[in-house]
Formats: sequence, C-alpha cells, structure tokens
Amino acid sequence: MIQFASRLVERLRLGRRTVVGIPTVWLWVFFAIPFLILLRLSVTDMGEQLNPFAPLLTHTEGGGWKLNLKLSHFVSLFVDASGHWGDTLYIEAYLLSLKYAFWTTFFCLVLGYPFAYFMARASATARPILLMMVMLPFWTSFLLRVYAWKGILADQGVVNNALMAMGLIQEPIQMLYTDISMLVGMTYVYLPFMVLPLYANLVKLDIRLLEAAHDLGASPWKAFWLVTVPLSRSGIVAGSMLVFIPCLGEFVIPSLLGGAENIMIGRVVWDEMFSSNNWPRASALAVMMILCVVIPLAWYNAKVARQAEEERT
Amino acid sequence: MTRWLQAHLGKIWMTVVYGFLFAPLVFLVVFSFNSTRQDSRFTGFSLRWYEALTNDSRLLEGFFVSLKVAFISASLSVVLATLAAYTLVRYTRFRGRNLFTAMLNAPLVMPEVIIGLSLLLLSVSAQRSFGWPDRGLTTIVLGHVLLGMAYATVVIQSRLKEMDRSLEEAAMDLGCRPSQVFFLVTLPNISQALLAGWLLTFTLSFDDVVVSEFLSGPGVTTLPQVIFSYARRGVNPSIYAAATLLMLAITLAVVGFGIYTARQARKSKL
Repeated sequence: MIQFASRLVERLRLGRRTVVGIPTVWLWVFFAIPFLILLRLSVTDMGEQLNPFAPLLTHTEGGGWKLNLKLSHFVSLFVDASGHWGDTLYIEAYLLSLKYAFWTTFFCLVLGYPFAYFMARASATARPILLMMVMLPFWTSFLLRVYAWKGILADQGVVNNALMAMGLIQEPIQMLYTDISMLVGMTYVYLPFMVLPLYANLVKLDIRLLEAAHDLGASPWKAFWLVTVPLSRSGIVAGSMLVFIPCLGEFVIPSLLGGAENIMIGRVVWDEMFSSNNWPRASALAVMMILCVVIPLAWYNAKVARQAEEERT
Repeated sequence: MTRWLQAHLGKIWMTVVYGFLFAPLVFLVVFSFNSTRQDSRFTGFSLRWYEALTNDSRLLEGFFVSLKVAFISASLSVVLATLAAYTLVRYTRFRGRNLFTAMLNAPLVMPEVIIGLSLLLLSVSAQRSFGWPDRGLTTIVLGHVLLGMAYATVVIQSRLKEMDRSLEEAAMDLGCRPSQVFFLVTLPNISQALLAGWLLTFTLSFDDVVVSEFLSGPGVTTLPQVIFSYARRGVNPSIYAAATLLMLAITLAVVGFGIYTARQARKSKL
C-alpha cells in the first residue's frame, strides 16, 4: 500500500512536470530566446558575408577579448546623418503613430460611448442581439474590411459619388491615402474594442443612482455628466488602452489606406528590415517600440491588478 | 423637432454606428456582383468575378495553404494552451510562475510586427546553426501558434476555473490515476472551451497577415498575403468575390456553432 502511494506521488510529480514543462519550454524557445536575439542584434553590427550576426566577442591580437557592443543603432534613431538631434524619420514616424493612435482613441470614444450607453439601456432581450451584431463584423477578415474602405473612399468611390450626386461637392475630394482614410480605417477596426468594455461597464450601472439624481433636481444631461460618466471611468480607461496600444503598432492599415506621408512605426520597422536590409537598426527600433508600448501597458496591468486586490479586501 | 430628436437620439445613433460597422461588408458583397471592374458604380449584375476567382491559381493556392496552416496551428495551440491553462489554474505555486504568466500573456499586447521580427531572427539564426527550419510553412505555423496559444489559454483558463473540482476528486477517490482523471474527467468537462479556443485560433491564423509576411519563404503564401499583395496594387473585384464566399462560410460556421452550443446547453439542462 505504501509502495503504491509513493509510486502514485512519483507519477504525480512526473505528470506535473510534463504539464508545466512543455508550455514553459515552448515559451522560452519561441518567445524569450527570439527576444534576446533581437536585443543582441540591436547592440551589434551586421556581420560579414551576409551573416546578420557579428560576433559578440572577438579575439584581439594582444591575446585579450574585445566586447563588440555599440549603441550607435539606438543613437542613429535620434540623430540624423549631419548630427542634428530629433529630426529623423524615426522620430517623425513615432510622433505620427502617437498622433494617429490618439485621434483614433478619441473618435472611438466619441462614437462608442453613446453607442455603448444606448446599448446598455436597451431591453434585456434586445441586448444579446445588439452585442452579437457588434461582434459579427469581427468574423470577417480584418484585411478584407480594410480593403473595402479603399473602394469606398477612392476618388471615384462610393462616398465621393454620393456627395457629388447630392450636389454637396463639385469635384471629388481626395480621401484615400490621407489622414482621413487612415483615421476612418483605424476607427473602424478598433471601435468594437472600445464598445465592449464600455458596454460591460455601463450595463452594471445602478439605475437608482440616476433616479436619485433626478429626484434631487438634476437634469438628465447633468446627471449623465455627474453620475454616469464618473462611474464608468474604469471602462473608459480600459477601452482607451485597448484601442491606443494596438494602434501604435499598426502595420496593415497604413500600408493599405495611407500614402507616402502617413508613416507609422510598424511600417518603418518593416522597411528597415526588408527594403534597407538594416537588421540591427530594425531591431533597435523594435526595442524602442517595446519600451514605449509594453511598459506603459505593464504599468496599467499592475494598476488594475492592485485595484482588484483592494476591492477584494 | 428637438423633442423628437431627444426621444429618438438613441436609435439614430445606433443606426449610424451599425451602418458604419456594416458598410464595408455590404460594399464587398454588392460589388462582388458588379459587371465591370470599377468600384464606383454598380453597372449590372454578373458572376464574372466568381468565375475569375476559380481561374485565379494564386488565390486558390493561398486558400489551401491558409487552411493547412490554420488547421495545424489551431490544433497545436489548443494542446499547448490546455497545458498552460491547467498549469495556471491548478498549480498556483511553482518557481517562475510570474515569468511564465508574463511570457504567456505578452503576445496579446505585443505589436505583431515585433513578434514577426523576433521569430524571423530566431529562424534565421537556427537556420545558420542547424540548417533548419527553412522559412515557409513551418515558420508560419510556429508564429501563429505563439499568438494563438495566448488567446486560447484565456478561453480555456476561464472555463477551467469554473469547473467543479469535486468531480475530479470523486474520480480520484474511486481509484483513477491522475492521467486518467485528466483524460476522462477534466478534458470532457472543458471540451466546449477547447472547441471555442480552436475556432478562435483557427480564425486568428486564417486572418493573420503580419506574422506570415515576416515568416513566409519563397513559394509559400497564405491567402491573406495574396490578398494583401493584390490590395496594394489596386482594385480587384475577384477579392470581393472571395470575401463574399468567405463571409458566407463563416456565417454558416458561426450559426452551426451557435446551434451546437444551444443544443449542448439544452442537453445539460435535462
């Protein structure tokens, strides 16, 4: 009996080791190690003879070792060839990414907040259907939906034709390959990411609070701003993060709907890698992108976790 | 007028936003039946773009490559995600748990460009050291599994948390070995989450263009990659036709899955 039990325990540990081990090894090999390679490439040069990796340590003639670390790729992101600070394509691309991400978040919030609000106020039987209809476009390829906007916003496209037929404009307006098409495309793609957390938040709102505000003499408008909006703050923050962060790294939308001037950081990484073949600089850019995208997000996650902890206690 | 507006503001706003959400889908379907190449005016009904589609070998090939990639990566993702979710839910204390969780969730927030780039660097250095893997189907699948695993874990983890543990304890008491408990009790109990996770990762992989663009090699292009390269060149109504067919397939799949889960729910109620 004792023997059997000990064997059982042994087996249990073995089973546990496999269960924990397989995903751990997988994540190390395909997530952590690639990331370390990226980091290493960003601080060394390209090697010779098409070898992208220069050796990290080289033997010097005097018999010592030399560490080939250099930060020039990071510096080159901020300083242009003639030595001017802050005037490079990379900084411009990063600022433009911030700008598009900001305006996309803004438009998603303006369109999505009232939408989520009305959805949360709909009857309980209608709500699942309304929610389902928000999710439905998700199931069609993201690429195809973005591509459709290309046809809709083109100079001879549906929108321009409709506006001309109505006599609002005489000549087609150029919308495609401008800020307009970029923002329409990005707002379109990320709107559900804003609506869903807002809806989840607003649907829980205690309606009696609004009644109390009404009884105390607040107009519906005032009650909305003083009661509903402050109570939905966590939903607003969550939705904004879900829109802002992926927007920063967007690659497909600027490629399809953006012109030569609508550059974003994701596209620049791609160009460095495959057009200029400057792998170390592409890696340095990627590292900077992680610093600017992932760290704020980690901070936000930690904050949310702490809040949840506080609520529990 | 203002009172009417106040009373109906909600409906108007919702109609406008739903219109915005569905406009591209309607556009794709309508213009896939257009008789000419232009996408400004509907000139008449025809099926010529569907016909052109059947002759477009690049699109068709891409479709089958994508099916294969999505099938393999969804299946692998679900297996890995089940193990990962089990680890997270059942083994609350082990060394490196925080690191494990962080690595598992990172692909959810990491820009896809960075995932693609870092995996490309891995495959290049592995290729140089071991002569394997060549860029192509294998590398694309690996990239998709990394992404898909993160999403599938979220789905499976939440189901596993809700699961009644006394079922497993009862099986233990009745003399099941841990592996038997896992395969005969735990897995059947979370089967719906497994299916949902599989479908989710399948669509993710089938839809992905960024990771595939970084990791594909000569001769292997997935359907989204073909569409992406067509889309950058200009209007091609064959893509509209392909989009319409895909939408049809997905709608049928979603409806089928809905009916299946509804039936399953009714069964478990009885």
